[in-house]
Amino acid sequence: MVESASRILRKVLREEAFYFFSSIGNYIGEKAASLEEFSEKIKEVNSKSLEFHLNRGDFEKWVDEVLGDAGLAERIKELRNQKLVGNRLKDELYLTILERYNELKTDLLQSV
Amino acid sequence: MKIKRQAISLDDLDWKILQALQENAKQTYSETGRLLNVAHSTIYERLKKMEEHGIIKKYTTVVNFEKAGMKHITAVMTIITDPKESENVAEKLSEFNNVLEVYTSLSEELLIIAKVVAEDQSKLHSFIAHSVAPFPGVLRIRTSIITKKHKEEDFPVGPNINLSKEVDADK
Repeated sequence: MVESASRILRKVLREEAFYFFSSIGNYIGEKAASLEEFSEKIKEVNSKSLEFHLNRGDFEKWVDEVLGDAGLAERIKELRNQKLVGNRLKDELYLTILERYNELKTDLLQSV
Repeated sequence: MKIKRQAISLDDLDWKILQALQENAKQTYSETGRLLNVAHSTIYERLKKMEEHGIIKKYTTVVNFEKAGMKHITAVMTIITDPKESENVAEKLSEFNNVLEVYTSLSEELLIIAKVVAEDQSKLHSFIAHSVAPFPGVLRIRTSIITKKHKEEDFPVGPNINLSKEVDADK
């Protein structure tokens, strides 16, 4: 479990980072190379960018395939199905990721 | 034998040969010779000289992709870069087969403008997200998908081309 938490919380390579777009091909200049950075960027980027990626399933794909956290990917997928938009989406997404981040951090701390 | 790529001056006949080939690169030396009232051997020699000096870069085929059944979309990417990395970004972009043209431009910010083709919007986005955005020095990317082509021509060759020639609006 600790190994898993450590792996999910790691910083990934530049080419594996999540790059935020506002629409097809329009990169807004924000990226996240770890779950911690990802949660911070969710607060910073425009809701339109979040809607774009959530509707495409980009977030859950990156969390699952790059970070290796199938559980969080499933929670994000549930959010997608709720069809949230705007600040409501931003808040729910941020809380979902933060909650998972805190769980993983707790796992790591308890193992020390 | 290695040819030195020195600049050579072109005379009127050279320009006329280039103009004729720009219209139809498939024509034979004899056809060009007949058109310009010179021997085919003269055409051969002039072309050889211009090829050796790199004035003629290549003879190519312009394919109508739609008629050939190749479904694709074309987009123009404008990439805002860190000035220190712009040359690297332009070089790396140029290595991709689906990137057809790459330019740098200095306006308010240093820009790279590139023409790119992809099978569909999903593949275009995937290419930009996974292969372009991660380049060091890429700050932002704006992409415009081309919906209709109104004109596409090569630069017309000639010694004194009036590029500022305007269309008479009264006619």
